[in-house]
Amino acid sequence: MGFKSEPMTTMTPLEDKNSLFTPEIRSQIDKWIGKYPAGWKQSAVMAALSIMQDENGGWLSREIMDDVAAYLDMPPIAVYEVATFYSMYELEPVGRHKVCVCTNISCMINGSDKIVDHLEGKLGVKLGQTTEDNRFTLKEVECLGACGGAPMMQIGKQYYENLAPEKVDEILDGLE
Amino acid sequence: MANEVCFRNMDLDQPWLLEQYKSRGGYEVLTKILTEKMTQDEVIELVKESGLRGRGGAGFPAGLKWSFINRNSEASRYVVCNSDEGEPGTFKDRDILRYNPHQLIEGMIICGFAIDAAAGYNYIRGEFWEPYLRFEAALEEARAAGLLGEDILGSGFNYDVHVHLGAGAYVCGEESALLESIEGKKGQPRFKPPFPAHYGLYGGPTVINNTETLSSVPVLLKNGGDWFKGLGVENSAGTKLFAVSGAVKNPGVFEVPMGIPFSELLELAGGMKDGKKLKAVIPGGCSAPVIPADEIMELNMDYDSIAKAGSMLGSGAVVVIDDSVCMVKLLERMSYFYHEESCGQCTPCREGTGWLYRIVSRIERGEGRQEDLDLLTSVGKNIAGRTVCALGDAAVMPVNGMLKHFRDEFQYHIDNKKCLADS
Ligand SMILES: Cc1cc2nc3c(=O)[nH]c(=O)nc-3n(C[C@H](O)[C@H](O)[C@H](O)COP(=O)(O)O)c2cc1C
Ligand code: FES
Repeated sequence: MGFKSEPMTTMTPLEDKNSLFTPEIRSQIDKWIGKYPAGWKQSAVMAALSIMQDENGGWLSREIMDDVAAYLDMPPIAVYEVATFYSMYELEPVGRHKVCVCTNISCMINGSDKIVDHLEGKLGVKLGQTTEDNRFTLKEVECLGACGGAPMMQIGKQYYENLAPEKVDEILDGLE
Repeated sequence: MANEVCFRNMDLDQPWLLEQYKSRGGYEVLTKILTEKMTQDEVIELVKESGLRGRGGAGFPAGLKWSFINRNSEASRYVVCNSDEGEPGTFKDRDILRYNPHQLIEGMIICGFAIDAAAGYNYIRGEFWEPYLRFEAALEEARAAGLLGEDILGSGFNYDVHVHLGAGAYVCGEESALLESIEGKKGQPRFKPPFPAHYGLYGGPTVINNTETLSSVPVLLKNGGDWFKGLGVENSAGTKLFAVSGAVKNPGVFEVPMGIPFSELLELAGGMKDGKKLKAVIPGGCSAPVIPADEIMELNMDYDSIAKAGSMLGSGAVVVIDDSVCMVKLLERMSYFYHEESCGQCTPCREGTGWLYRIVSRIERGEGRQEDLDLLTSVGKNIAGRTVCALGDAAVMPVNGMLKHFRDEFQYHIDNKKCLADS
């Protein structure tokens, strides 16, 4: 059998990892490491990247990815592969609020085009862009598994469903 | 006969709490299995007898899958629950996580017992933050009650369940990509064989089932395989969660017996929205070929009936399309999705999904050529069956379905450079 499941371990593990992250961050990441079998701490890479992205205002810098790699004894390239593969990781700075609007089929049938138009008009940016004051980044996303509440969007960790332009206004105006 | 299995506690105030779950007999089956010393083979046999088929899309018999596991393997065995729920139109597992997390946990423990697993992982898509917190809270409750961890209920069985959070990738719903993702890698599907049952998570024999599949287990064990079978129809045992969305008045998740006529399901969802006319239905998630209105109105919602109509029941995601929707535009959106989500590992899928999207897109823009319709079919033939995982096939099926049933709309776009639906 050709295929083998093996962790991608770095040849040069860092001895003192305490300087990489604050104690709070380390304890959060360690909690995730504890879920996986011994020798597989790289299973926590997705969680570590998510934690650090939240900590860093919503995006991952090269330095952060390198630190995560060092913390988990992974080669940096293995962390870049993960960070570039999954759509929720941002590799460029984003606005304070990331507005993710679904335009997939159920949302489309229920008028997501109008929601996108409204968002673009209100924020003065196109999909994929960030407002000048850095408050909002507008992002088109695939089905978020809330099609019963179409059209819908996600801001931060929160879902907002059954949208209409007035409701979008209310939601955005309520954010800092 | 609605709400018999996964939604059976929906009428409770806070059905996600341990105490409320227990008030309806929750964890009784697990207790019986562990304290009355049912054997692992007995449990697997009961799941087999019930006729439960996988609810994630492929409909593989669950008990059979469990029976493939070699309990004497040197490597540790694992249970993996697939709560990635990425197939467009699907939003049922989210409700299980939010409203009935303990039933899923009980199902995962029973499966863990049956294959003597070291641990269970529930892969929840990263966007499902609130459902994740609910599930995590339920895990805490279960641990505190001695239902997870060391020596569960004094039986000597050690087993815990953990969450692995995704971070946005449709392909990670594919079982072997999901395993790669838990192993901390990018989610590229593995070549099969070996199948996960032989060589799965961390190289150990692994059962991977959908959220709804595992959540069905405690109830069918409690009430018996015959009872479960009796809920549905031949070859489609039990009830099913149908996630109905699109142009309906009251979209939502409905637990109804397998084999329910589509017309009744449509009625449950409040019928068509704003007096619109039914044009077609995608019966089992985005990848399932579309079925025109007159046909679907005569069909029952079970594996065989939908397969006979040339489509598939898939995940039970029913997307209702009204006559104001342009099928070319709808297919363009779907093809964009598969192109965007292709992991890029196999050439036919990576390149082919791009071809499909670009061709449909230029037809939609009024730049289509007459040859394009045949070209779509030919590109599809060069993708389907030639890839490591089924994402390629999933991209092709909706294209073929649209061309089969709504070719005239594509032709109209090519001839008149505009929509038939709008005119
Ligand atoms: C591209 C792709 C995406 C998939 N997404 C999901 C998903 O989100 N949830 C799911 O349960 N199964 C999904 N599947 C099916 C899984 O590979 C697998 O068959 C399923 O989880 C097995 O569980 P079951 O037998 O209980 O259905 C997907 C398959 C493919 C090819
Ligand atoms: S299509 Fe928008 S949430 Fe599913």
